[in-house]
Amino acid sequence: MIPASAPASERAATRLARRILHDPIGLFGLVLVLIVVCSGLFADWIAPYDPLKLAVRERMADPSMSHLLGTDQLGRDILSRVIKGSQIALLVGLSATLLSLLGGLLLGLLAGYGPRWLDNLLLLLFDAVHAFPVIMLALAVITLFGPSLVTVLLVVVTVTVPRYARLVRTSTLSIKHAEFILAERALGARAPRILLHHIVPNAIGPLLIIASMDIPVVITLEAGLSFLGLGVPPPAPSWGRLLNEGYSFIRDTPWIVIGGGLPLIVTTLGFTFLGETLRDLLDPKLRKAL
Amino acid sequence: MAAILSIDKLSVDFLTPRGTVSALRQVSLDVPRGSIVGIVGESGSGKSTLIAAATRLLSENAVIRGGTVEFDGEDMLNLPPDRLRALRGRRIAMVFQDPMTALNPVLSIGRQMIDIQYRDRLDRAGKRARAAEMLRRVGIPDAGARLDRFPHEFSGGMRQRIAIAMALLGNPDLLIADEPTTALDVTMEAQIIHLLREQRREFEGSILFISHNLGLIAELCDHVVILYAGEVVERGTVHDIFHRPSHPYTEALLVCDPARLSQASRALPTIGGEVPDLIRLPSGCIFAPRCPKAFARCRSAAPHTHVVTPEHTASCHLVPS
Amino acid sequence: MLYYTIQRVGLALLICIVAMTAMFSLVYVIPGDPASIALGPRATPEMRQALAARMGLDRPVPIQIVNFFGNVLSGDLGVDVWSNRSVATSVFESLPYTLALAAAGLGWSVLVGIPLGCYSAARRNSLLDKLSGVLSVGAISMPSFVVAIYSLLLFAVTLGWLPAIGAGEPGQPLDQLGHLILPALAVGLGWVGYLARLVRASMLEVLGEPHIRTARSFGLPERMIVFRYALRIAVLPTVTLLGTGVGSLLSSAVFAEIVFNRPGIGQLVLGAVNTRNYPVVMGAVLVTVGLFTLCTLIADLLVAAYDPRIRAGL
Repeated sequence: MIPASAPASERAATRLARRILHDPIGLFGLVLVLIVVCSGLFADWIAPYDPLKLAVRERMADPSMSHLLGTDQLGRDILSRVIKGSQIALLVGLSATLLSLLGGLLLGLLAGYGPRWLDNLLLLLFDAVHAFPVIMLALAVITLFGPSLVTVLLVVVTVTVPRYARLVRTSTLSIKHAEFILAERALGARAPRILLHHIVPNAIGPLLIIASMDIPVVITLEAGLSFLGLGVPPPAPSWGRLLNEGYSFIRDTPWIVIGGGLPLIVTTLGFTFLGETLRDLLDPKLRKAL
Repeated sequence: MAAILSIDKLSVDFLTPRGTVSALRQVSLDVPRGSIVGIVGESGSGKSTLIAAATRLLSENAVIRGGTVEFDGEDMLNLPPDRLRALRGRRIAMVFQDPMTALNPVLSIGRQMIDIQYRDRLDRAGKRARAAEMLRRVGIPDAGARLDRFPHEFSGGMRQRIAIAMALLGNPDLLIADEPTTALDVTMEAQIIHLLREQRREFEGSILFISHNLGLIAELCDHVVILYAGEVVERGTVHDIFHRPSHPYTEALLVCDPARLSQASRALPTIGGEVPDLIRLPSGCIFAPRCPKAFARCRSAAPHTHVVTPEHTASCHLVPS
Repeated sequence: MLYYTIQRVGLALLICIVAMTAMFSLVYVIPGDPASIALGPRATPEMRQALAARMGLDRPVPIQIVNFFGNVLSGDLGVDVWSNRSVATSVFESLPYTLALAAAGLGWSVLVGIPLGCYSAARRNSLLDKLSGVLSVGAISMPSFVVAIYSLLLFAVTLGWLPAIGAGEPGQPLDQLGHLILPALAVGLGWVGYLARLVRASMLEVLGEPHIRTARSFGLPERMIVFRYALRIAVLPTVTLLGTGVGSLLSSAVFAEIVFNRPGIGQLVLGAVNTRNYPVVMGAVLVTVGLFTLCTLIADLLVAAYDPRIRAGL
């Protein structure tokens, strides 16, 4: 299917908005996502207590009117920690996805538009990265570099870039040979102009849709690493950290792990429902390529 | 002797988001035993819907509004599923239009041909032998070895032959061929028609042959039914239709048939206008909007079936009866 | 088929080589040298030199690379920085536990997920179909370690029905099975969702294709049509999914081992990470990469064996 040369992204955006509003599942997903996003954006205002404030005498209290999710092993309010955790989740999710998008766009354009040997080399590298179970790669990198936000981002980006790059590459290849591109080249248009004006706008749409479905995956990965004690360092109350601490005290109170796990489920559920609706807007050819 | 297939006043609608499509209206036709009946119609005339309805292979959104379909005396529309399955492949067999998608791509053709014989009490070797023999009859060389090949290893023409072989395996009383040559080029088309005529001698059943190609119909068929926009507009023997057409649509079809053009000209004759919208049907005769001979009555009253001869009928106000 | 196999095997080997090179060269990307990092900031220069010699870091780089590949091919994955134990021994001791868990998780999810997907496709829009659709999405949305923790909480801690810790007494299969239930549940739950959805979508697509109509027109029994004519085609994307999903399967198994305190690669590697014991980590990673590549290769070859069109390069 040869896409029109006008930005398809505008038309896609209106179709998207209409589609979501009409689909109950998509709407539900959107609502969940908005809850998480707002929680993250306004965390410092809506959290009832300071998430870091210790109150050891009230430790491990069950949920009550003053502490809706109870308190943890050091007396901190769990709900506040959960809300603050959404800020971290959002930060990690968005920054990792953004970086991966940039990297994927760049490498995909190179692979699709550049010389054949570069394409083959990049594909081989993508396949090689793909051969690592993500957690193992993360653990290897953390062994050497130590746990930190940067390490987590590094691993996530390394693992996600190949997928986006492939998508951009497919999109680039399909347009590269389109007739109107040949016409432009005959008129003397050079690569950067062709790339910017035609190829990028058409690749962006599907790319953004795929990326939005990856955000929960990234958040879950960071949570997993935090659960192992290897993610964003304390005292940052990421959800994974809550699970980690709550796990040690699981026989004393269940509320810490509930506080840690529930937001993960809500986030993943929200993005999955939203993603279902978005996926229908994808060009079937690209959908199959994923 | 009663006809093998008898369709009487069959009406079928399709429920679509845009509205209810009236695909067939009061369609009646008979297929006498041992004869070849051709159904002629443009795209959208309802040819495929007709046979799908008769064999109960309609899609989920189809509704049969009325009429009956009798196969050898059995009421097809109300048959229990296992009785229906017993008839299919055995007494009624079908050949479809597109040979490229009609066969299962991951099973060898031998496997598929043996599966069709699942009702027979023959051992595997015997079924295989029958399949090979049938392939030979339809002109596939080296039939025994070819049984283990897959459909994508054959050309379109060969695949259609295989499809015909599969259909003839059960020695059916009725073979329904839905535009079997439309997807093939002219050479292959000629071969398939030749094959059907040859098989006709050995094959004692009837054939219902659907096509939009008048030349093929003329070559192959004994009786012809002309279908337009879901209605039968004319019916008769091959001679009746081609030499004494009584319906303006039939006449127009014959005039427009490229094979019959008697003088070379740049402009090909066409039938003006478009096929009617089957959701909002015009009142009166269905062909009136495009008919060169239409007059006032045509637009207000739908014509009933006028008899020209006992075997030749046409739905037109101009036919004296 | 043979040519296709050779192609795929060659590609798989190439990928492994690239991965191994990457793992090896990672050590050189870090700031500081591995020996210092392993020993921490209070190490003396002599300690660092001794460790560096043990790790082979004092030899020139090309020699190190050659040695490395030679060692791997002969089965030597290096030695544990602290205990001097062979990494290969440690890894292959722990691997069976992880594989057993992964297999158990995958096994039950295949047994439940594929029939569920088939049934959903055959009875489209029925109550079961809608219910399984909702449950599938729910199952997919729960990260496996969260499922592990919650099932531990519910079934072991709160209800006390199943054991919480360990893999059970060696030599007592029933006990070991009991210890496998919850972890396998956690590992497989997400997969049930994926498989059910994928099989349903594939089946619906295949059942709508013209060749199925042909099969029906010949009166073939519905069971034959679903299982021999439709499922055979529909199951192919599932095989591919399973092959590429082994990576996440292993990840889930690692987490489940940590949560349920089972022996396996997870415990081994986590311990090594916390002590900066890179050879052990690298050894485990290489083995899992090899395993993963093997599984994708097998899945590819299976699909090609099943579907003649792929062999022909269509």
